[in-house]
This record gives sequence, C-alpha cells and structure tokens, in this order.
Amino acid sequence: MQRVFPFFLEAAWITILLSVLTAVLGLICGILGTWARLSRFALLRFIGAAYVSVFRGTPALIQLFILYFGGPQIGIQLDAFEAGVIGLGINAGAYMTETMRGAIISIDKGQIEAARTVGLSRLQTMRYVVLPQAMRLMIRPLGVNINALIKATALVAAISVVELTYTAQRYIGSTYKPFEMFLIAGALYMIIIYVTGQAVAWLDRKARIN
Amino acid sequence: MTDQKPFVDIRHAQKSFGALEVLKDINLQVQKGQIVAIIGPSGSGKSTLLRAINDLDPLTGGEIWLEDKQINKKLPHRQYEKHINLVRQEIGMVFQHFNLFPHLKVRENVTLAPKMLKGLSEAEANKLAEVQLEKVGMLERIDFYPSQLSGGQKQRVAIARALAMNPKVMLFDEATSALDPELVEEVNLVMKKLAEEHMTMIIVTHEMSFAESVCDRVLFMDQGVVVEEGPPDVIFRNPKNDRTKEFLRKHLAGQHP
Repeated sequence: MQRVFPFFLEAAWITILLSVLTAVLGLICGILGTWARLSRFALLRFIGAAYVSVFRGTPALIQLFILYFGGPQIGIQLDAFEAGVIGLGINAGAYMTETMRGAIISIDKGQIEAARTVGLSRLQTMRYVVLPQAMRLMIRPLGVNINALIKATALVAAISVVELTYTAQRYIGSTYKPFEMFLIAGALYMIIIYVTGQAVAWLDRKARIN
Repeated sequence: MTDQKPFVDIRHAQKSFGALEVLKDINLQVQKGQIVAIIGPSGSGKSTLLRAINDLDPLTGGEIWLEDKQINKKLPHRQYEKHINLVRQEIGMVFQHFNLFPHLKVRENVTLAPKMLKGLSEAEANKLAEVQLEKVGMLERIDFYPSQLSGGQKQRVAIARALAMNPKVMLFDEATSALDPELVEEVNLVMKKLAEEHMTMIIVTHEMSFAESVCDRVLFMDQGVVVEEGPPDVIFRNPKNDRTKEFLRKHLAGQHP
C-alpha cells in the first residue's frame, strides 16, 4: 500500500495542474463567449450562443474523444495532456460564459443609464460601473463552475492522462484493492476541492467588504 | 423673450414602439434659464419625451437641438457614439430611483465622470466633489457609501453627480416620486436653489404645488400629445382644456389642501 502513495501524490499534482490550466483557459473562453453574447453584432451573438449550446449540449467525454482520437484525422495532433486541457477548458468556458453573462445582465439598467447620461462611453460604463458590480456577483457561481471542472478532470483518464483516476485504476491491477485505491483518489479530490472552495469563499468575502 | 433663439428646441418629436405611438408631433422650446414642468397621467409620454432629450429613448421622428447642436443627428454608429457622449456631458439627468453607483463612495460617484472625461486630477476632482456636495448639503457624507444614505440624501448626491459635469440643462425624471413624503422637501429645496441660480431645467413631476412655485411654464401631456401649456397660474388655476381640468381635479383630490 505505502509503495503506491508517491504515485498518487504525483498524480494529484497532475490533477491540480490540469485543473488550474483548464480553469484559466475556461475563464479566457468565458470572457470571449460573454463578449460575443453581449455584442451588438448579431453574428457574434449567434456564434456565442452556438458555442454555449454545443458545448453544454454534448458530453464532455465525447468532446474529449473527438479532439484526441478524431483530431489527427483533421490534422490536429495533441498529446493526451494537451487534449485534456484544451477540451475541458473549452467545455468549462461554455458554462462560465453563462455565469458571467448572467451576472452582467443582472446589473440594474438604471446603472447603465446613469453612467451614460454623465457622458461615459459604453466601454467606460462597462469598465467602471457594470463590471465592478458584476464581478462580485460572479465569484460564487464561478466557484461552482470550477468545482465542476476539477471533478471533470477525471474524464481525461479515458484518454490515458496519468492523473488521479487513471492512477487509481492502474494500481488496482497490482494491488487487487479497488476499494482502497478509489478511496485514496476520492480523498485527494476532496482535499483539492475543499481548498479551492475555501479560496473562493475568501475571495467572495473580501469582495463584499470592499 | 420671443425673439430669443431657444436653448432646447424639440421639433416634431415622434416616437413609436411598434404600432404604439407614444409621442405624437411634440414641439417644445425652452429658453436659457427657463424652468419647464411636464405633468400628465402615467403613460402620457412625459418621461419618454424627457428621456429622448439625451437620447436614452431615441426618437423615431423629429429633431432635438441644444443651442446650435442637433442632439439626435443621423451619423454612423461610431461617430454617433462620440457625438452623443459629448452631448450628454452637457445634459444632467436625475432619475426617480437615484441610480447611484453602489460600489463607489459618495465622493467617487461625483468624481467618476469628471475624472474620466475632463481629465481632472485626483485633487481637482476632490475639490469639485466638495463644492458640489456642499451645494446639496451632503458634504459631511462624502466618504459614505450610497447604501448608508436615506432616499433624500441619495437623490441630493445624484444631483451633485450631475452638476459636477457642469451641464447646460438639467432633466429631472420624477426626482421625488420614490421618496417618503418627509424626504421630498430636502430635494425640492435643492431644486429651488438651482432655479434661483438660473439653471435651465425640464422637470417631469407629479408634484403640482412644487411645479407651481418653481416653474416658468407648465406642459400638460396626455396620450402622447401636449394638450395644454402655459404659465403655472393659468394651467393650475384656470385651465381651458377639459382633460387638463379632469387630471388636476383627480390629482388634487388625493392631496391635502
């Protein structure tokens, strides 16, 4: 049993790395998606809406398979880790788009009108009036998106990225102890998610005080 | 007065939402320093007309001029945005629900636009905020957040925020309608003070006694048209039109003498 521990810790590190990179890519895609969905150009709004409904409307596992197994057929060569980050990141971005857009459109229209009537431009209104208020509202729901994305990293075991879930499966073969192996993996996921949750709660409190 | 060029000139203003015509060929000329009240039942189009002046609710027909500038000029989008942002700096607006920025302190509510748009330094902007807040009697609340203020105080800060851009005209959209009765007076006093300083003002209001005591002219609107207009003593004491009489009768019935 003890001899598998270092491998689990290494795998946990891979899971953390995957989660962080996926969250960063997700946030970038979310910002772009939100910008498209709130654009005054119908074409961009359509692209944003299509992005959200395609990536929320199909299983993340299928998206990963298409990217990793189907990608080479159309000239996209990625190793498993890269495919995992890109696939999960784009998927998470679709959820984050809806979170961010929801927070922004929930800001009272009167705020925008007040800013515009003193002469602020659309961009200045967004930057100094709408976003500072919307950001506070989106911290917790984005935390929920990140919680989901950390758990979704387990899916990349299916394209053989050596993260927690894959590692647990691998050592069942040599230890014949599936119960313990999956319990260890589950406990490590929980620690990662707990710490992330605390960080989000701290950020949220801090935003509320200011 | 009649030979003077109007300061705010609304010509044949028309506005439709689909098949519903909410403004029908409205003409309104306001001279510099004049104070005009617009009264009328809800749905009469009075707020829509006011909001058309700074293009919050764009007209579907007609023209609006401020001095020698047409406000609702036809321009390509980018140019129009530039144009309207400049025009709006010259038109202050006060809303029924104050619309203060809740994430900013009173001071920053006032200084945001002057800092962004007039390039004022921190020190200059602070000085300006102090002057404007002093004027509305809110200087001692300068470092408070809007959530810590009463409705009347919020509205006074909102007026200071609008004045900080040094506007040529002030628009008031039912500025006291959302206030508790005991808080109305403090806002009215600030508006009276502005009137004494000869600020050009267009006021949409439900407060007939205030309109009568402050305004030079009163417009009664109903169903998208100006039914009757004239000096306050005529409109309130001796209206000619039946709809005006009916409106005032109903309205005054609900008020204590």
